Amino acid sequence: MAVIASPAALAGAPRPALRPLMEATVLLALLALVPLASTLLDDSYLTTLATRIVIMALLAMSLDLVLGYGGLVSFGHAAFFGLGGYTVGILAFHLEDGTPIFGFAGSTSGLVTVPLAMAVSALAALVIGFLSLRTRGVHFIMITLAFAQMIFFVFVGLKYYGGDDGLILTARNMVPGVDLTDPTSFYYACLFVLVLVFLGLKRLTYSRFGMVLRGSKMSERRMRALGYNVTHYRLVAFVISGALAGLAGALAANEARFVSPEMLSWMRSGEVIIMVVLGGVGTLIGPILGAAAFVLLEMGLSDLTEHWMLILGPILVLVVLLLEGGLLSLLGKVRR
Amino acid sequence: MQLLIEQSLNALQLGFTLFLLATGMTLIFGIMGLINLAHGSLYMVGAFIGTTAASQSGSILLGILAGVAGTAVAGVVVELLVFRRLYHRDHLYQVLATFGIILFVNELSTIIWGRAPLLVEIPDWLNGSVQLMPGLSYPVYRLAVVGVGALVAIGLHLLVERTRLGMLVRAGATDRDMVAALGVNIARLYTAVFALGAAFAGLAGILAAPIQSTQIGMGEQVLILTFVVVVVGGVGSVKGAFAGSMLIALVDTLGRAYVPGLFKLLFSSSVADALGTSVASVAIYLVMAVVLIVHPQGLFPESR
Amino acid sequence: MTVGSKLAAGLLVLAVTTGPTLSAEPVKIGFITTLSTTAGYLGEDVRDGFLLAVKEGGGKLGGVPVEVLVEDDNLKPANARQIAEKMMQREGVKLFTGLIFSNTVLAAVPAVLEKKGLFVGLNGAPSQYAGAGCHKYYFQTAWQNDSLHEATGQLATNLGYRRAVLLAANYPAGKDAISGFKRYFKGDVVEEIYTRLDQTDFSAEMARIRSLKPDVVFQGHSGGQGIAFLKQYAQAGLKDEIPMVLSEPSLEQRTAAAAGSAAVGLVGSSHWNTDFDNPVNTAFVKNFTDSYGRSPSVYASQGYDAALLIGSALKASGGSLDPDSFRKGLLATDAKLTRGPFRFGPNQHPVESWYQVKAEAGADGQVALKTVGPIFEQRGDSHSDACKL
Repeated sequence: MAVIASPAALAGAPRPALRPLMEATVLLALLALVPLASTLLDDSYLTTLATRIVIMALLAMSLDLVLGYGGLVSFGHAAFFGLGGYTVGILAFHLEDGTPIFGFAGSTSGLVTVPLAMAVSALAALVIGFLSLRTRGVHFIMITLAFAQMIFFVFVGLKYYGGDDGLILTARNMVPGVDLTDPTSFYYACLFVLVLVFLGLKRLTYSRFGMVLRGSKMSERRMRALGYNVTHYRLVAFVISGALAGLAGALAANEARFVSPEMLSWMRSGEVIIMVVLGGVGTLIGPILGAAAFVLLEMGLSDLTEHWMLILGPILVLVVLLLEGGLLSLLGKVRR
Repeated sequence: MQLLIEQSLNALQLGFTLFLLATGMTLIFGIMGLINLAHGSLYMVGAFIGTTAASQSGSILLGILAGVAGTAVAGVVVELLVFRRLYHRDHLYQVLATFGIILFVNELSTIIWGRAPLLVEIPDWLNGSVQLMPGLSYPVYRLAVVGVGALVAIGLHLLVERTRLGMLVRAGATDRDMVAALGVNIARLYTAVFALGAAFAGLAGILAAPIQSTQIGMGEQVLILTFVVVVVGGVGSVKGAFAGSMLIALVDTLGRAYVPGLFKLLFSSSVADALGTSVASVAIYLVMAVVLIVHPQGLFPESR
Repeated sequence: MTVGSKLAAGLLVLAVTTGPTLSAEPVKIGFITTLSTTAGYLGEDVRDGFLLAVKEGGGKLGGVPVEVLVEDDNLKPANARQIAEKMMQREGVKLFTGLIFSNTVLAAVPAVLEKKGLFVGLNGAPSQYAGAGCHKYYFQTAWQNDSLHEATGQLATNLGYRRAVLLAANYPAGKDAISGFKRYFKGDVVEEIYTRLDQTDFSAEMARIRSLKPDVVFQGHSGGQGIAFLKQYAQAGLKDEIPMVLSEPSLEQRTAAAAGSAAVGLVGSSHWNTDFDNPVNTAFVKNFTDSYGRSPSVYASQGYDAALLIGSALKASGGSLDPDSFRKGLLATDAKLTRGPFRFGPNQHPVESWYQVKAEAGADGQVALKTVGPIFEQRGDSHSDACKL
């Protein structure tokens, strides 16, 4: 699986190949048409389902930045997801409650809560990343898990914010000009965010920063020899990844109008890894496909039988055994 | 004083249970490079098979034997069908595949044994407590677990250090390509190691069953703890698994026993309660984080 | 079309084909419960109890044909809500029940209530909806969470214990258990010990209990943790030294059966037992055992009673799910339940009696619970005053 990095590849940013761009456009166009299909088929559940897929896709993409492109397997990404969600929840809680938090009255304005959610997650990612990036391989996996577990237990025990029962949000955040209580508008808002992040990550991964990151995944020694401070680049990627996961969490909190420690659990971290690997590691479309596949399988199978795990389990195993690169490789691609 | 001795014995017993689980996982990971999330499922299968055998036959010893043998067989089957093809794959795909196996095994067990927790009784000759010293009586069963754990630890040490299989295991952990190049049948070695790891997990499961709850999903609860132990101890090293298990067990047990009281001395009662338990909850993760930051390879890493 | 978009289209087809069914005559009931994870047996029992009532009615409840849509929430609050939305949007379901855990209730119920749906709870009943947050289309038929433990506190008082050690897991349900117990326990609390949520080894806690030498121990662990605790308590020799009182979730039939001899002699509080001597219960126990090959647990009785109550509401409303007529019918119910006397309190939570039960070794070697006597006669819960319905 070794690919020699050519000097040309490292030096600059060649335009992304045309085919993946076409695919991405078609995929995103399809997603944009979901509400239309929803109205035509008189099935509003399609929009709800698609919203959930879009949010999970965002979360999966955030993980793929460090996992696929950076080679860092974070088993604690649920922590950033949950912190983003809880920021939204706690701000709404304090606004209703009337009691201030750190001198701040709380808020239900999306223009305040979402950036704040991203900031909180980014900060957590900075701290956790700084400490964790001193390790490698399986140790990195475990230490990110450890930190996520610590945060999980803190929230479970925190009775003031509901603890294990979670926090109900009475309403979605408000953004001027958009009625987020309308499912279709909310869906388009989430899709808009997904597209923005997708384009942003596309630029990032093909920029010099991205090349250094990918190069260090291939061979850390070579990158260091070339004079790059690999750890710094990785930390920045980790922080960006955490912020994006927090963004997904903020959207999820709004979608469900509910946050609970389950968002921070290691099972959830595992599921995000599953989605990325299922779809195709080291790409941006892969996580979207993986998230869609996982959510659809989970929902679709549980509709069919109460023993849905009996079917889902072997499906995952078969995907691993038969497909070298996840679902994306079904499309006849050779990646890396 | 008695309390300290009792808590230390508790830690010892928990440590040996963790050791049985961690040893299997660390060998499999160290030698075959396989991250096996389904290790907890082997623990569960051991508990279920052993429990069924024990209640059908009325003998706990038969139950233990059945549990160990049954899990080893189940492990070998899964190894031949699935794991064999995963050794050379990236860890991420191993995670995905073994996660799928957890789902399948949980659901299959639900179909076979039902959803309700199973009953397993401790036989009379292992029941009750024994007076270890004036003022300190300790459950016989837990002492038995310590005994079995110690035997396994010694046996494993002898196996790894004194036998040919053990030599191959150590060699494989250090450099598996060289071992293959030397003409050893790697596939069979791997299967043997996997069977051994599965057997230990099954043993841990059936030993824990009488004092805990035999139910679907019990594997996931110990999985995280096992990972922590393996990483703290050092991947691939049995000595590390032992050290890690004892350390984690000590931190966990003594933490739960003394930290809340300690906090009560420092803070007001309600703060102490809330803080004390939270700290006790995360203590093992704190320890793991510290070990990984200070000594990233673990306590007794297998040198490569 | 590129292969990629073919794949996406294929996934879309998958989503659509698990699509809406034609609306039919029977009243649809959304039964979202926990059938997987370690707590799967709880969902299984409430479902089987509920479906037994439907079967006995010939596919009807209260003479009205019903269609019960059962789905597993995997103990994930987000899934519970998702499934509720799916059932509302695709199947037009307006009546929901089945949820086991309080966090799934808190996640899913708001979605139901804001679409003018009805929720008839049969297990988890968090205080958020019992007091000031009560809602006219939200009902609970089993108990209110705190009542489970208030009954146990009263039991400990009745039995004359003066010094107690309390244990529970360090999360809201555990803390609520301890605070509920303390509300009615008139003795001294020597110590409150909080355990870790994923803990299964309690040897450290056993040693602490022994050193504190209380009159009685109250522990609020349930499920696998509860079984482990009971076994280890007996193992440590504490069962014969220091009595233990338990709330219903910690000593119910399945837990007692799984703990075996470790449960014998333990005492608890309950609102239902297999040996309640009324015609409805006797028939229920027999029919359940015949139909499913196992004797019913309290959860099964809750599922059955909920079905009977829904049936009486449907009968009164003539099969209509118009929320106000359903509500009127439900609150005016005179249905005869397996637990005996029952009515709804002002906050639409149960007013019922609580009894002392004791675990005994049965003739067939199994451990069974035997009813000893009453603790509370026809009591509501401590949150009803705050409800302004």
